[in-house]
Amino acid sequence: MQFMLLFSRQGKLRLQKWYVPLSDKERKKISRDLVQTILARKPKMCSFLEWRDLKIVYKRYASLYFCCAVEDQDNELITLEIIHRYVELLDKYFGSVCELDIIFNFEKAYFILDEFLLGGEAQETSKKNVLKAIEQADLLQEVSQTPKIFT
Amino acid sequence: MPAVSKGDGMRGLAVFISDIRNCKSKEAEIKRINKELANIRSKFKGDKALDGYSKKKYVCKLLFIFLLGHDIDFGHMEAVNLLSSNKYTEKQIGYLFISVLVNSNSELIRLINNAIKNDLSSRNPTFMCLALHCIANVGSREMAEAFASEIPRILVAGDTMDSVKQSAALCLLRLYKTSPDLVLMGEWTSRVVHLLNDQHMGVVTAAISLITCLSQKNPDEFKTCVSLAVSRLSRIVSSASTDLQDYTYYFVPAPWLSCKLLRLLQCYPPPEDGAVKGRLVECLETILNKAQEPPKSKKVQHSNAKNAILFEAISLIIHYDSEPNLLVRACNQLGQFLQHRETNLRYLALESMCTLASSEFSHEAVKTHIETVINALKTERDVSVRQRAADLLYAMCDRSNAKQIVAEMLSYLETADYSIREEMVLKVAILAEKYAVDYSWYVDTILNLIRIAGDYVSEEVWYRVIQIVINRDDVQGYAAKTVFEALQAPACHENMVKVGGYILGEFGNLIAGDPRSSPLVQFNLLHSKFHLCSVPTRALLLSAYIKFINLFPETKATIQEVLRCDSQIRNSDVELQQRAVEYLKLSSIASTDVLATVLEEMPPFPERESSILAKLKKKKGPGAVSVTELEDNKREGGELNGGGDRGPDTAAMAASNASTPSPSADLLGIRSAAPVGAPPASTGSLLVDVFSEAGPAAPSAAVNDDGFLSSAPPSEDPAPPLSEADELLNKFVCKNNGVLFENQLLQIGIKSEYRQNLGRMYLFYGNKTSVQFASFTTTVSCPGDLQSHILFVPLCSETKPSNRITQWKAITSSLSP
Repeated sequence: MQFMLLFSRQGKLRLQKWYVPLSDKERKKISRDLVQTILARKPKMCSFLEWRDLKIVYKRYASLYFCCAVEDQDNELITLEIIHRYVELLDKYFGSVCELDIIFNFEKAYFILDEFLLGGEAQETSKKNVLKAIEQADLLQEVSQTPKIFT
Repeated sequence: MPAVSKGDGMRGLAVFISDIRNCKSKEAEIKRINKELANIRSKFKGDKALDGYSKKKYVCKLLFIFLLGHDIDFGHMEAVNLLSSNKYTEKQIGYLFISVLVNSNSELIRLINNAIKNDLSSRNPTFMCLALHCIANVGSREMAEAFASEIPRILVAGDTMDSVKQSAALCLLRLYKTSPDLVLMGEWTSRVVHLLNDQHMGVVTAAISLITCLSQKNPDEFKTCVSLAVSRLSRIVSSASTDLQDYTYYFVPAPWLSCKLLRLLQCYPPPEDGAVKGRLVECLETILNKAQEPPKSKKVQHSNAKNAILFEAISLIIHYDSEPNLLVRACNQLGQFLQHRETNLRYLALESMCTLASSEFSHEAVKTHIETVINALKTERDVSVRQRAADLLYAMCDRSNAKQIVAEMLSYLETADYSIREEMVLKVAILAEKYAVDYSWYVDTILNLIRIAGDYVSEEVWYRVIQIVINRDDVQGYAAKTVFEALQAPACHENMVKVGGYILGEFGNLIAGDPRSSPLVQFNLLHSKFHLCSVPTRALLLSAYIKFINLFPETKATIQEVLRCDSQIRNSDVELQQRAVEYLKLSSIASTDVLATVLEEMPPFPERESSILAKLKKKKGPGAVSVTELEDNKREGGELNGGGDRGPDTAAMAASNASTPSPSADLLGIRSAAPVGAPPASTGSLLVDVFSEAGPAAPSAAVNDDGFLSSAPPSEDPAPPLSEADELLNKFVCKNNGVLFENQLLQIGIKSEYRQNLGRMYLFYGNKTSVQFASFTTTVSCPGDLQSHILFVPLCSETKPSNRITQWKAITSSLSP
């Protein structure tokens, strides 16, 4: 996978994970262009399209578009399921995840993603194992955390 | 709802985010952000050291601001500081920050690498994973340098935990992708292959991706993975859905793992070992069989996972291209998908079939679906699916269905999306040429192409049709008639005018007998479009006019009148003016014989690969033209004819030299026939080397860019008479460059530059023979008192190599006026 973008229907980027080295300017340009292209697509169209020299796999979940860019030889259907698995993970972790969760806990979204995908490839495909890893990390937090109420 | 209860919620961050969301306008947002940035800046610079929690919070805020799209130019140091904290959350945020905001400050990089090193050697799996994730996310060269040797060790060490192994594998993959030279093969490679047998499925999943990538560059090193992969795959495929527990996804056993295994197998040819091969074939058959079984679940995830494996298996079957039974089954399966309810599956089926079409075993099977594909082309609502259908039609085209397919593609072109038109045009042109039995059909198709999508007909396409018409006598008359009719349409695309102008110029005589297309009628038809056209087209038309004068003397007066008028000979465009003036002169002073020779019919173009194919390849990448290439290889160039590459070459040079495109240059017939004793290329390039001002020297098809007239092509006259030499000399009154003298053996060219009182002349001596010139000397005699003013500097003398192309020069420069 080359990158994954999550964006709202107004085109606001909620998460961007880049698996290839690109300059900031290029990233911004790609995000803008791709978001426009996908938002322009109608609901019944297929989940795949060719864009520049990449294949784009995308799916909308409620108000969020999940969009992955994969290479020519990658399997589109399995990428769709990667997206679904990620949504499942978020859902399990946050309990009925919605866009607000991802906005306010964006760093968690990144952490969960890192446990699931690394370097653009699926690392752990067992839902249980991924969640276990996250929970362990959370436990560590709570142990070492001196609670602060006032910021 | 926000998971504030999970670990620490960083209230300050949540408040900040709410504030931003509540901003009513962009300005308000920026104001709020700037306020926060100022706050954070002052906190960072503040006297008392911040505690870990606050640092973490501020760094996180900075991260948020950055992800909103604003630039952040500070905070890196604080983030790096967080790395050395032993609180997990602080480390985590620190790592996240530096992964997202990559900084190339070398001091920071050193600190970061240090922190990572500490975490890697900490023996704490969670910290190790954090560090590995960071390396995988950033993957910079500095990190590769620091850790490329460490990570393989971690990967294969016996005491590494599974989760760490997974991360290490993919981390190594990332480093390999970005800095392959720093990841050296070693004894770890054989151990990595054995990870395929690991009990932990996650480790296997991660390891496969690594092995797949490595084996592409080092196939021999990793070839033991094939049999391991096959046995793993067959274990998964034949497992019941309860066996794999948590790795079963909606009743499909380990779909990601299966897909990756199938991908890995595509890096290698079919296994040689009979047992392994047998097992693999069995696997593939099982997968194909399962596709026919009723689904275990109605959920789309189940069918997606199942079909993902199926498509990957089909890719493998296509890659092997050796089991006809499997290929045909695959084709049938795809055929079923072509009419599936789900658009995604139709799309993928069309895509897969494209590759299937190029295999000789299944090509026929693919063709049986032509009606379905054509139907898809016409009725699919999704443009990407339609485009795939068009691609498939292109791939499955062969002699038997060419006419039908080209017709369908043409009618699709009329309503096609603008972004894909150019590609479609190229494809139709290629197909029409490749499968033309009857060239009048080809001409019709191309002219239709111009009519329907004229704007997207690139130059290569219409150059090609002209090359083909010129090379094939039998279609010239038909071509002339057809363009004539096409030009009569009231709204005619400029490309049509170009093609028409050229063809009528060459072959107008073939239809001149018919009163409806008499010479004058033809001329008027062309001239009626003249003022609508751009400069290059007008230039072409002017050339056509002079050809008319040659072909039809009765039109001479009319055409001369046109040429004489101010809008031509005083045209602001230099090219047009030059042509008008020269053609006018040519028509007045040249005798009919000379005119006929100069404006002789274009000779056939030499056989070359179609430049259209090259252009399509460039556009689409190597995959797109594999089909036609495959067929080309099978047919050893027998089909392609008249593929001269002159058009684009001369166009390239024309672009650089602002001079005439091919028709006009050819017109002057300078290098129409091969000069005696040397292949055309050499003399051509000789001239080009000398005379090209800026542009690249084109290999063949030299153009005498100056466009100056010489009374006879040098080739046909071995030793030009002295009168011609004089004539050539006279040219230099107004020209700086040109051929001074030429005969069978030698060509002398001159190139001069003058500025105020300084002048410089280069004399180029070209050896046209294939023998070496020995003791080649030159003398320059300067008459009279010119001698004192001229400095003669021979650059290189002695023997002149026999290579026809080289030249050497002598420089003379005058020192005073």
